[in-house]
Amino acid sequence: MSIRGDLVAPVPPGPLEDKWDNHRFSIKLVNPANKRRFEIIVVGTGLAGASAAATLGELGYNVKVITFHDSPRRAHSIAAQGGINAAKNYKNDGDSVYRLFYDTIKGGDYRAREANVYRLAQISVDIIDQCVAQGVPFAREYGGLLDNRSFGGAQVSRTFYARGQTGQQLLLGAYQALMRQVHLGTVTLIPRTEMLDLVVKDGRAAGVVCRDLNTGEIYSLSGHAVVLATGGYGNVFFLSTNAKNSNVTAAWRAAKKGAYFANPCYTQIHPTCIPASDDFQSKLTLMSESLRNDGRIWVPKQIDDPRSPDQIPEDERDYYLERRYPAFGNLVPRDVASRAAKREVDAGRGVGPLKNGVYLDFSDAIRRLGRNVIEERYGNLFEMYERITGEDPYVVPMRIYPAVHYTMGGLWVDYNLMSNLPGLFVLGEANFSDHGANRLGASALMQGLADGYFVIPYTIGDYLAPMLGERPVPVDDPVFREAEQAVSDLTRRLLSINGKRTVDDIHRELGKVLWDNCGMARSEQSLQKALAEIPAIREEFWKNVRVLGGDETRNQALEKAGRVADFLEFGELMCIDALHRNESCGGHFREEYQTEDGEALRDDENFAYVAAWEFTGTGEQPKLHREALEFEYVKPSTRSYK
Amino acid sequence: MSDKQMRITLTAWRQDGPDAPGRFETYDVPGVSPDMSFLEMLDVVNERLQREGKEPIAFDHDCREGICGSCGMMINGQAHGPERGTATCQLHMRKFRDGDHVTIEPWRAAAFPVIRDLIVDRTALDRIIESGGYISAPTGGAPDANLIPIPKPVADAAMDAAACIGCGACVAACPNGAAQLFTAAKVQHLNLLPQGQAERWDRTINMVETMEEYFGSCTLHRECEAACPKSISIDFIALMNRDYAKAQLAQRRLVGQTFP
Amino acid sequence: MAATLTPRGGVAPVRRPRKGGPAIVRFYRSAVGKKWVMAVTGIALMGFVLVHLIGNIKLYLSKEELNLYGEALRDMPGHLLPRTWLLWAFRLGLVAAFVLHVHSAWGLTVINRRARPVGYQSKRDYVAATFASRTMRWTGLIVLLYLVFHLMDLTWGNANPDFVRGDPYNNLVYSMQRPAVALVYALANVALAIHLSHGAWSLFQSLGINNPRYNGALRRFAYGFAGIILVGNLSFPIAVQLGLVDLACPGDDPVAECNEESGL
Repeated sequence: MSIRGDLVAPVPPGPLEDKWDNHRFSIKLVNPANKRRFEIIVVGTGLAGASAAATLGELGYNVKVITFHDSPRRAHSIAAQGGINAAKNYKNDGDSVYRLFYDTIKGGDYRAREANVYRLAQISVDIIDQCVAQGVPFAREYGGLLDNRSFGGAQVSRTFYARGQTGQQLLLGAYQALMRQVHLGTVTLIPRTEMLDLVVKDGRAAGVVCRDLNTGEIYSLSGHAVVLATGGYGNVFFLSTNAKNSNVTAAWRAAKKGAYFANPCYTQIHPTCIPASDDFQSKLTLMSESLRNDGRIWVPKQIDDPRSPDQIPEDERDYYLERRYPAFGNLVPRDVASRAAKREVDAGRGVGPLKNGVYLDFSDAIRRLGRNVIEERYGNLFEMYERITGEDPYVVPMRIYPAVHYTMGGLWVDYNLMSNLPGLFVLGEANFSDHGANRLGASALMQGLADGYFVIPYTIGDYLAPMLGERPVPVDDPVFREAEQAVSDLTRRLLSINGKRTVDDIHRELGKVLWDNCGMARSEQSLQKALAEIPAIREEFWKNVRVLGGDETRNQALEKAGRVADFLEFGELMCIDALHRNESCGGHFREEYQTEDGEALRDDENFAYVAAWEFTGTGEQPKLHREALEFEYVKPSTRSYK
Repeated sequence: MSDKQMRITLTAWRQDGPDAPGRFETYDVPGVSPDMSFLEMLDVVNERLQREGKEPIAFDHDCREGICGSCGMMINGQAHGPERGTATCQLHMRKFRDGDHVTIEPWRAAAFPVIRDLIVDRTALDRIIESGGYISAPTGGAPDANLIPIPKPVADAAMDAAACIGCGACVAACPNGAAQLFTAAKVQHLNLLPQGQAERWDRTINMVETMEEYFGSCTLHRECEAACPKSISIDFIALMNRDYAKAQLAQRRLVGQTFP
Repeated sequence: MAATLTPRGGVAPVRRPRKGGPAIVRFYRSAVGKKWVMAVTGIALMGFVLVHLIGNIKLYLSKEELNLYGEALRDMPGHLLPRTWLLWAFRLGLVAAFVLHVHSAWGLTVINRRARPVGYQSKRDYVAATFASRTMRWTGLIVLLYLVFHLMDLTWGNANPDFVRGDPYNNLVYSMQRPAVALVYALANVALAIHLSHGAWSLFQSLGINNPRYNGALRRFAYGFAGIILVGNLSFPIAVQLGLVDLACPGDDPVAECNEESGL
């Protein structure tokens, strides 16, 4: 490999399968009796945050965990439907740790760190054991053993699930474990509190500045280490399948304090979401990918066809996925299906009142298998679709369109999940690690829990052990005072603008620019356009946003304003990253870099690295650090779904 | 799909803070699309209020997919509104008619004090979970997941109970302000499973007694079941009642999990 | 700005029952325990109501049958116990059940009031609660008040000017011949039936007797039970008012002719 990176994540020595064991043996430990002398701040209570806080509490650390929700159980992990992968090979279909590792590296389009991914695959097995012991009611077969299904085009059945509510059940398991620690007094839970800054002293993370959302009080928490588990940044697009309150603020403010933000351009678009119905649409709803197993995707051949779907005869329909990808048909990977849909809609063949979707038609399946079978397989999804759209998908074809769903990029971390700022650990979707440029279905839950239950509890000790006897930086230290002051100044500034436009209005505008120019497909031209427009929107925001009310009671517009202010800076970084990466890979598709068949064209020679960006000032060109990716075990190859 | 727009009259509870007196305010809301969700209708009202220089109506919401349990309000006297098995965020305006008068009010219970407008503090539900709503399984010590087969009907029943999203609609809908459905769902999710047997009786006692420190008692009105966005059955309340009596009155050292 | 972490969030409990004490006391302190007691005493009271009805049906046979039934009650259980001991045991049991039933209802009402001190300011729209379930407190209170009158009227006699101790048949007929009394009796029994239509079902839930296979049957049982009590008990004032049942010893001095030792 020709790339020379300036950023190195020390990966433990030895064969791939022994690296994690070797590492656990060689890292420093904290004596059980000394663990209570360490204060750890965990931000976020999704799968990663809750599992980390619970496990660190069990080990005896003093943990404070904050969430902006009223209860840890509301974190957006709860909305994951599909399932969680694990290399259990319960189905005896040839799965193994190595195969899961291989699939993840390949699915991530060779942009992930091998050692991390292998560890993830190893740990996947323990996660299932842990969750079952906690009482997670996974689906079972009649014999009483756990059921598995194949998911997202995987060739083995390794996905464990709990109806369509796997994320909910796993999060409740972690939440319950967390509440047990709260009860035992090892963890202090601080709900309705938002982290608004990271405090760094002498190059190390020393604590966070928070705001009590109910009272507006701004105060600091100090600790020996800070663990961020604050999720992804999909809401930068305004419309996404993310929860309305998901945001980039914690990660972005850490980035502004010196943490590198890696691969922000890797965003995953999910092909089967319900299209927006009007301009008031506030978020998009995902429909499980499994629908593509039996549904056929088509659009009318004629542009702007006004007819209702049942009026369009068979030979005037274009089953474009089946036509272009005869081998995989409707089951091509997420990114391929998404781009194909965009192509049809952009060409004017979109369906629905806003011409913004494609049909997902079950009439053939219903004819072939009978309504009962379809009802059994997808009944709850059909019901959900009907509730949202008012259309009966048994009669009228569903309308679907891709939507932003998951973000692979995040704060850069090393093998210990520590960022370049010592003492700042980043878990789950908030870090950039294990998925490379594209995440496999049912792997997000696996990564969040792996990080929280099984990685951070060991690796944090390596950082803490030498600090024994040191007190955390007191919260009346000037670094905390200054950070608190900066946060209150920002709050006051937002409240004092009193312009004409609402926060949502500006956010919507930003989202549209990003979706049009840095969405499913990007080009140099579109990215340059976005980079020209975003600073103007940012300026508009700071001049003309209207945030009413005060800062001493609950003020949701104020909270939102702070988050959108960060999106306005972060969105720019996303475009810069996308513009610099002159290749197409996974969730990043550059129109200039595609094969003749329209497939993503990777450039391993020049881009097999992690792009970690250092913040240098708002509106300034960030500094690029490269971590070279080396593939000792899985040799990069090109995907083909023809 | 429908193109026709509706006009509704919205009466909303406004309360500036926990100790401020509340009041109803009425707004004329034209241009409501039947495809809007109820919360999107509120978004539209809020956008307009802000343009007019008035503070928006505060309401809790997050996933807008009916799973996080953040949203919830009384809509025309019903928790989560008129559609069964549906959280407020999944209620759509097509359930209303042009010209309808819609009144919204926060959940009311002593344990759910109003924070602002329609937002209430539901941390009392966390206290119930904290008191025993878990299986003590520290990370790392778990046996293989397939070691204990669990009959499918048992796993399914546990899942039925575990589907609870913790929104508090059961408390809001209950004429007694009881949290029996919430508590029973968690107690029975865990009590039904083999993994949950070791702590079954203590869990039941602790959770029931914590629940009763905050909430009312069950008269079996079934309003909770009707309001529950996951349609959780009150059968679980009966099972919890049985477990509680057994936990308090039976000779625990001899009561195995197979006791009737 | 706070320098130290203050406890945040959280709501104070509205009720802090004492801990400890014998298991049964601790159990009764809890609302679930009170409901359980309510269900058990409810069953006892249902048993009484049913037996009372069956006994009273003898009204339709003859004065002698009714009065012999009263006599039999006092004689239970033959020569195994001194006369009226078992009857008194039943009476004391009934009184205890009644007191506990009312006491737990009172306790639960207090708990529920505390759980929602500020009610809804807009109109509630109930979807599942029945008229019966929502009026348990009031139907219970009506039955309680009526019971006092019923005892004064037919057991102690101080509310019945024609009361003759030991002649239940004529006392009953006299009483029911007064339209106001018949009406009050009828209304109280309607309240009782409404009370039972919810109580006779919900007691199973309170006791944890639940199986989806026969939950429907339990519901029907409650309605059936309430219906039998309603029809049976209402038949008496109607029969008397319509003259289908009349005094057994018409005349100026019913006492002289009809006085016999009798029960209840």
